[in-house]
Amino acid sequence: MAIEILMPALSPTMEEGTLAKWLVAEGDKVSSGDILAEIETDKATMEFEAVDEGIIGKLLIAEGTANVAVNSAIAVLLDEGESLSDAASPAQTAAPAASAAAQTPAAPISASAQAPVAVQVVEHDVPAGTSFKSLTVREAIREAMSEEMRSDETVYLMGEEVAEYQGAYKISQGMLDEFGSKRVIDTPITEHGFAGIAVGAAFGGLKPVVEFMTFNFAMQAMDHIINSAAKTLYMSGGQMGAPMVFRGPNGAAARVGAQHSQDYAAWYAHIPGLKVVMPYSADDAKGLLKSAIRDPNPVIFLENEILYGQSFQVPDLPDYTVPLGKARIWREGNDITLVSFGIGMKYALEAADQLAEMGVSAEVIDLRCLRPLDTATVVNSVKKTNRCVTIEEGFPVCSIGSHISSVLMQEAFDYLDAPVITCTGKDVPMPYAANLEKLALVTTDEVMTAAKSVLYR
Amino acid sequence: MAAKKTSKTNVSKDDLLHYYREMLLIRRFEEKAGQLYGMGLIGGFCHLYIGQEAVVVGLEAAAEEGDKRVTSYRDHGHMLACGMEANGVMAELTGRSGGYSKGKGGSMHMFSKEKHFYGGHGIVGAQVPIGAGLAFADKYLGNGRVTFAYFGDGAANQGQVYETFNMAALWDLPVVFVIENNQYAMGTSQQRSTSSAEIYERGRAFGIPGEAVDGMDVLAVKAAGEAAVAHCRSGKGPYILEIKTYRYRGHSMSDPAKYRTREEVQKIREEKDAIEHVRDLLLTGKHCSEEDLKAIDKDIKAVVNESAEFAKQSPEPALDELWTDIYAQAEA
Repeated sequence: MAIEILMPALSPTMEEGTLAKWLVAEGDKVSSGDILAEIETDKATMEFEAVDEGIIGKLLIAEGTANVAVNSAIAVLLDEGESLSDAASPAQTAAPAASAAAQTPAAPISASAQAPVAVQVVEHDVPAGTSFKSLTVREAIREAMSEEMRSDETVYLMGEEVAEYQGAYKISQGMLDEFGSKRVIDTPITEHGFAGIAVGAAFGGLKPVVEFMTFNFAMQAMDHIINSAAKTLYMSGGQMGAPMVFRGPNGAAARVGAQHSQDYAAWYAHIPGLKVVMPYSADDAKGLLKSAIRDPNPVIFLENEILYGQSFQVPDLPDYTVPLGKARIWREGNDITLVSFGIGMKYALEAADQLAEMGVSAEVIDLRCLRPLDTATVVNSVKKTNRCVTIEEGFPVCSIGSHISSVLMQEAFDYLDAPVITCTGKDVPMPYAANLEKLALVTTDEVMTAAKSVLYR
Repeated sequence: MAAKKTSKTNVSKDDLLHYYREMLLIRRFEEKAGQLYGMGLIGGFCHLYIGQEAVVVGLEAAAEEGDKRVTSYRDHGHMLACGMEANGVMAELTGRSGGYSKGKGGSMHMFSKEKHFYGGHGIVGAQVPIGAGLAFADKYLGNGRVTFAYFGDGAANQGQVYETFNMAALWDLPVVFVIENNQYAMGTSQQRSTSSAEIYERGRAFGIPGEAVDGMDVLAVKAAGEAAVAHCRSGKGPYILEIKTYRYRGHSMSDPAKYRTREEVQKIREEKDAIEHVRDLLLTGKHCSEEDLKAIDKDIKAVVNESAEFAKQSPEPALDELWTDIYAQAEA
């Protein structure tokens, strides 16, 4: 019986990939464990092994083909003595693949099955006539670090797998080559220790950028982030502090379970002495990270794995920065204010589209920075719209939304026509099962329900 | 004590007098701090260094200008020994604006960029990776400096110490890990808390050389310190000094120290005291007379009394200081 070999999923968030190279030819005999092909994900080039024995009857996808969907047929495996014509024609059932013309590696991967969010470039504080280029969030973060390292010798990157492995999520790809092992440093798996060493290095005159493979692992380093980095300037009466950035993916990826899926935005936003940034778009990721590296304070820079591969228009300027502590209005509107940050913006913008179809004009605010928090922009918006829904992925108790709600109660009480509703992740550890995970996360539908509720519709 | 004793060292009269002064300053300062605590002028936690003076004084004698130091919350001695002013330290203890941290740090949290003193850390063991980080910066900047990272026998059981040993050895960081083994982690003796009799031997697992040193002998500490510093400065990586010492007072001011006998403390004071040791060397070596030493005692007393007076007179921080120094402003 002929067997279809399917495009494998090689990471938790992978939905498609590039078939970089075939290592077998039609007619080759293969045993289980033989390497069939090299497949590029957005993070790495992986070898793909045979599971079954047989003879390669047909290669259905040409080398170099990009955007091959997971689970589409890429080859046909025949039994000994069987011919292709004997087998049912699996080629016809194979999913159509993109043309082999796309030789460029690592095409951006949309982690969402839904249509991409229409990006409106609003309020870019750039000179008239500035051109824009399309960058993924991943590329934007890499550009920000590389540009700052080129202009300041004291900036260096340390973390697990940042150098020779080229980054667990390929953020630092190529940086070891450019900057060398003195400035792009692989650490052992020892978060508490290397966070403390980085704080000491900051006291000693350097500007470390510490990459946590994910912020879940930064729990091990919490003491140094808070007790050593955030508090020293105050405890020293202003004599010395820790100019440094702690960055890495934060929040849920996909199907990685409770210990690897948590949004720490509210945790860090609680701490005086820290600055906390959580960008949504690539342009903000780049501009904010450059500002964070230059900032003389410890900055927590919360990224999102699902957003890494998404592309946005980024100003093509030699030194594009975005100031910390200023929210961004993505859409102007009059009827309701949607406040979010990070991946929550995806749901906020989708809801705004749906509301527009209902004839409701929503103002969408991306906080971008959670400390300092630009409450003035939110309050001013609510004074205009009289209604507010907040959207975030984190747990509901003591969330960023709770704080926004409290600020609005104190500063815009008389302007509110409805209670503020906070849309958050559910108050449960993240489940593994696909259906339950979906239920645990905040959704556009929930934002719509909340919006309709405050609009009394 | 199992640590090795120094044989006769060629030491000058001036050096001996310097160590005597420095150790006596720490002891008198700490006695005064204890007194001010009793009067309610110093609050919170206050950990005195009495008994351990030879450790910092010996190691400071091995340091060069620009070398760095970082320690735990038992930090008054380290600050005085590296040249910070008694007035500023005492005024920080009383929480006044004349203190090194303008009264916002307290006994456990003082710093001096000028004297390369990087705190003053209240979380047991946290100063160890920070010290290695200072050394990391020095190596990165190529400035030839060495860092002393002080911690106690109690902190030696924190996991981050061994995470740091690993990286310091891996990256050849110029850091001297100084284990001030005063034999009690608060109220728990080394025997009851620590699987190894010689803590410095744990460095062997990471390829870090080390040794035990008699911490009641300032000359032995200095000699060991010089060798350790030379090792680090020559690019050979970290070094561990386990300095066997003893604290005469409780862990903090509120510790009645019931976990050891009065006799045990008394015996060390009488037979091992580091200040008496130098005093004997000065007198038996005929470097100076009882009268000369009395004059020094008087000078020191004056410095300490002045610091106490300063610490009482210095005003409390202005109320708007509550809101300053939370964030550094970017340089224009």
